[in-house]
Amino acid sequence: MIQLEDVWRIFRVGEGEVHALKGVTVTIERGEHVALVGPSGSGKSTLLHIVGCLDRPTRGRYVLEGREVGSLSEEERSLLRRHRIGFVFQFFHLLPRLTAQGNVELPMLFAGTPPEERRERAATALEAVGLSHRATHRPDQLSGGERQRVAIARAVVMDPAMLLADEPTGNLDRASAGEVMELIERMNARGLTLVVVTHDPAIAERAKRVIRMDDGELVRGST
Amino acid sequence: MRFWDLLAFAAGALRGHKLRTALSVAGVAAGISAVVTLTALGEGARRYVVDQFAALGSNLLVVLPGKVETTGGSPPFGGVTHDLTIDDYRAIAKLDRVRRSAPMAVATDTVHFRDRGRAVPVLGTTADFAAVRRLAIGSGEFLPPGDPDQGGNEIVLGVTVAQELFRNENPLGQVVRVGPWRFRVVGVLAPRGRSLTFNMDDVVLIPVRTAMRVFNRPSLFRILVDVRMRDEMRLTRRDVEKLMAERHRVEDVTVITQDALLSAFSSILNALTLALVGIASVSLAVAGVGIMNVMLVSVTERRAEIGLLKALGAQDRQVLAAFLAEAVLLAIGGGVAGLALGAGAIRAFVGIYPSFPASPPLWAVAAALGLSLAVGVGFGVWPARRATRLDPVAALAKR
Repeated sequence: MIQLEDVWRIFRVGEGEVHALKGVTVTIERGEHVALVGPSGSGKSTLLHIVGCLDRPTRGRYVLEGREVGSLSEEERSLLRRHRIGFVFQFFHLLPRLTAQGNVELPMLFAGTPPEERRERAATALEAVGLSHRATHRPDQLSGGERQRVAIARAVVMDPAMLLADEPTGNLDRASAGEVMELIERMNARGLTLVVVTHDPAIAERAKRVIRMDDGELVRGST
Repeated sequence: MRFWDLLAFAAGALRGHKLRTALSVAGVAAGISAVVTLTALGEGARRYVVDQFAALGSNLLVVLPGKVETTGGSPPFGGVTHDLTIDDYRAIAKLDRVRRSAPMAVATDTVHFRDRGRAVPVLGTTADFAAVRRLAIGSGEFLPPGDPDQGGNEIVLGVTVAQELFRNENPLGQVVRVGPWRFRVVGVLAPRGRSLTFNMDDVVLIPVRTAMRVFNRPSLFRILVDVRMRDEMRLTRRDVEKLMAERHRVEDVTVITQDALLSAFSSILNALTLALVGIASVSLAVAGVGIMNVMLVSVTERRAEIGLLKALGAQDRQVLAAFLAEAVLLAIGGGVAGLALGAGAIRAFVGIYPSFPASPPLWAVAAALGLSLAVGVGFGVWPARRATRLDPVAALAKR
């Protein structure tokens, strides 16, 4: 489903260049649960952004569900993100002016889903993360764990093919982290491809496959 | 994305910064209200002048002695000018295209009744003057018709003169004096007010032959000509010029039309209005820059939100539309508030000067709303484009 072949990502910083990814080749199958680990600056977030079509490889091929992403226009990549990819971030990134319900409806807003259907699907997604009773609360009225669960509801409400999580528990206490991971894994059990970036060994251990990165390269033998 | 969803999303973002939103709206409102108010005043001034001319009679030609040369050069024989006489008036009145005509002799003199006196313009004319100048009689009657060379001793008073001299007495049939001459009051004009040249409430009218004797002047001041058909103004003007050239053997009179005066005034006032609107537009431009500033701050502050929207699959043009919608809402809000403010200002102005016909022309209201929309779009595009150019990865990296 996800195929990366000799992917390089080079950033220009002032006069010099930073090689964030140096020839990464990896394949992730449909429905897998993968943990992406490594020290800070090892390129794991960059890799996740490329997989999520937020960023483009400088060199190399990225094929997602049989389509070469590098050749797609910005417009088409937006549509891929909208329909095929769900993101969960460390800092939740909920819009503070919207209620939990409103935040979950956001992707459907830009997809032009009719209001009636939007409300229904958001309610269903909130129910799935156990937050129906918090639907009318704003983010600042929710705990950290609750906020991340709202973010997960938002990530899956468009029924994507994969869920990409960047340090989803990095800002949570142990108990909340456990709940959030359970939720994400439940989505994975239903067939959603799951890629989790983390540097928490306990979180990484829960994955069926661990990809280690260091200095922009995959650590040999980790895949 | 649905249109109403887009508006609701933009409005929601604006509600998040109430003070900032209110100030931007106020800026545009000030500009728009200035445009609307000044347009209304300028347009009011123009209409006031046009109304004044209409009251004068729009089929009017005015004949005055002496050639007004616009090309320079001196008339033959060192600029000898013939008098404008009552015989000239008679000849003009007989022209085919002329419905009626009236001679005018003018001087300022004091009118006395018993021990009360009042210095006023004394107009010497004939019975047709009332029709030519559209004057209405309040009581009694106007100067009697008949041979203009017959100098009678009738006098007609303007309403102010009648009040000042007679207070509560009935002036009809009374005798007043102008210098050593005695006149019998036959009528009082209905109130009329100022009509450009004379305040018709504050004049007296006497037969033209008598006036020329009283003033000891051989020449008329003007001859007013009421043209039968409005389409024939130019032809009639040429008729009059030709007639006078024949009678005087030289072109020594000037014939002016109302339209020439009117269009001169009208274009001056239009230019004035445009100048005022131009000045007001500067404040609108300032307000536009204010909107741009607010939107730029907003884009910078909401980097994470923009990154998130992109990650959720919002296309560049949707992000552009969302931010543009905010700018346009600010501007339109300002436009509507500015119209209300302007309407209030105009109403207050009319309250103070009730006779001034100040009301914003419909095109100005439409233009004000169009202008505010243009300000929103024009000054909102650049910040919105900055929002779309934002790299989502970098935008999401910061908290």
